[in-house]
Amino acid sequence: MTYRDAVREAIRTALRADDRVFLMGEDVGRYGGCYAVSKGLLAEFGPERIRDTPLSESAFVGAGIGAALGGMRPIVEIMTVNFSLLALDQILNNAATLLHMSGGQFNVPLVIRMATGGGRQLAAQHSHSLEGWYAHIPGIKVLTPATLEDAHGMLLAALQDPDPVLIFENALLYNMEGELPAGAGPVDIAHASVRRQGRDISVITYGTSLWKALEAARGLTEKGIEAEVVDLRTLRPLDDRTLVDSISRTHRALIVDEGWRSGGISAEISARITEQAFYELDAPVQRLCGAEVPMPYAAHMEQGAIPQVATITAVVEGMVRPHG
Amino acid sequence: MTNRDHFLDLLHQMLLIRRFEEKCAELYTQQKIRGFLHLYIGEEAVGVGVMQALQPEDAIVSTYREHGHALARGMSAGSIMAEMFGKREGCSRGRGGSMHLFDAKLRFYGGNAVVGGGIPIAVGLALADKLRNQSRVTCCFFGDGAVAEGEFHECMNLASLWKLPVLFVCENNRYAMGTRLDFSHSVTDLSKKAAGYCVPASAADGMDVLAVEEAAQSAAESVRSGKGPYFLECRTYRFRAHSMYDPELYRDKAEVEEWKKRDPIPALIRRIEEVGTGENTAELERQVAKEIDDAIAFAEAGTWEPVEDLLRFAYSERPV
Repeated sequence: MTYRDAVREAIRTALRADDRVFLMGEDVGRYGGCYAVSKGLLAEFGPERIRDTPLSESAFVGAGIGAALGGMRPIVEIMTVNFSLLALDQILNNAATLLHMSGGQFNVPLVIRMATGGGRQLAAQHSHSLEGWYAHIPGIKVLTPATLEDAHGMLLAALQDPDPVLIFENALLYNMEGELPAGAGPVDIAHASVRRQGRDISVITYGTSLWKALEAARGLTEKGIEAEVVDLRTLRPLDDRTLVDSISRTHRALIVDEGWRSGGISAEISARITEQAFYELDAPVQRLCGAEVPMPYAAHMEQGAIPQVATITAVVEGMVRPHG
Repeated sequence: MTNRDHFLDLLHQMLLIRRFEEKCAELYTQQKIRGFLHLYIGEEAVGVGVMQALQPEDAIVSTYREHGHALARGMSAGSIMAEMFGKREGCSRGRGGSMHLFDAKLRFYGGNAVVGGGIPIAVGLALADKLRNQSRVTCCFFGDGAVAEGEFHECMNLASLWKLPVLFVCENNRYAMGTRLDFSHSVTDLSKKAAGYCVPASAADGMDVLAVEEAAQSAAESVRSGKGPYFLECRTYRFRAHSMYDPELYRDKAEVEEWKKRDPIPALIRRIEEVGTGENTAELERQVAKEIDDAIAFAEAGTWEPVEDLLRFAYSERPV
């Protein structure tokens, strides 16, 4: 099965288990989802629960908030992260604030899914990685599943959460093949995960970059470097403990993030490492981020704008003296 | 309830809002109330009239000028005053203030201070009702300013498309803060905009509580009957400044005075005198004054939430 199938399976499971759950968004029904995530669900669950919406991001995201307040468990799909900015008012000013503004009276159990990331030559209005931005906002949770198990289980966990949860699915991952463990269900959404152990450096990343970091780590073995790879999984709240524990073993940290460098999630992570694990460090924390430019169209330019296996490898080599 | 009793009840509600807010302005100058304070004075007939058409199970989504809506819905003056004082006993525990009054028990979904921002929430509440086969109405208040926002148009389309039970109530007080209607809208007859979405609409004299009530009853009936949303425009006027910071450079005093001649409270008193036995309203005024004194006493006696609790309510404290 693919990552896409894993997300669909989670939606299907949720729709079957809980009649409060419904999916709405642009082209989720008749079209089958712009990334085919919801393909087939309209036939199975009907148009009341698989709702095609007009191109009105603010209205249907806000309607998701209202429906959640009204006792439903909506899953709202936004085609792509850049379009979510049309609904940013609803996400920030309403979803994230209502519980607090109402003195704890109105929680918003809403799940918003959207595609994120570059690498598909879709240029500067379809390719950015703004999940780090969203992680700035108290009141919401920000999940970035990189594996099939997380794509599936994080959605189920998000639906059990009393507060708004945003799930960022890197569009390059939809075709990734894998297996779901038998009996797969909701997964923990509070912790990062060490995906590969290593003694020399902690490469901290999430989403598509996780797979690049793992590939780089495999290659680095031949050069005598053992990189530990930490998958953040959740950008808000950040799991400081797992990061600090990893760095306490490796004493070096590289953060890999497709998002822009300035003011990004990598800056936040770097600051936390400095605050909490400064004396564990043998070298300055480094960051490998998206280039500070709107995403270009041309393939070679776009690839140059995003962290790659080769660039990760090179930065790690520069930070770690090979063990001889 | 006889006509006369009903009229007296409406008068009581409007007087409570009027006197409550006059007191708020006073307390603002004493710095008991801080932040933004948007007074509803002049517009009381709209909130009170519309509320007559709503049932306890219906939902209300409001704006930052919502003291009148909250009081007319039955929120206690004390909990509202305590909120404005920033006290823990406030309806939002002092986390919201004047612009963010909430009451879960009364299905009062707030005080929304981004113009137009509450409209999608109302659509969603109505969607939840429709999906759960509940024949409830969600009443959404907003001003003429919000009608220029994209969210208004997106939501009119969505609510009509999905036949959702939303009663859209536009409180047209002719000014979006300081920008007059005809400087904001290409079509100043706002009720006409609903036709573009096949939403039935009407306009009511928002200075006449009985006219508003009648229009709202008929609008709510339309929504309740399953025909989808309804757009009710109430033409009204704000007698006071936009907020306490507003020097009112954008309108003539003469215009304000002209509208004050249509003050909904004396207008209703005249109606009561027509149908009644000439009983004066002094007793009602005394009753209202007592309610407000009690509200202030409640707010004064309220406590400050310990600052150690600052981070509460960013996230839920228990699973649902």
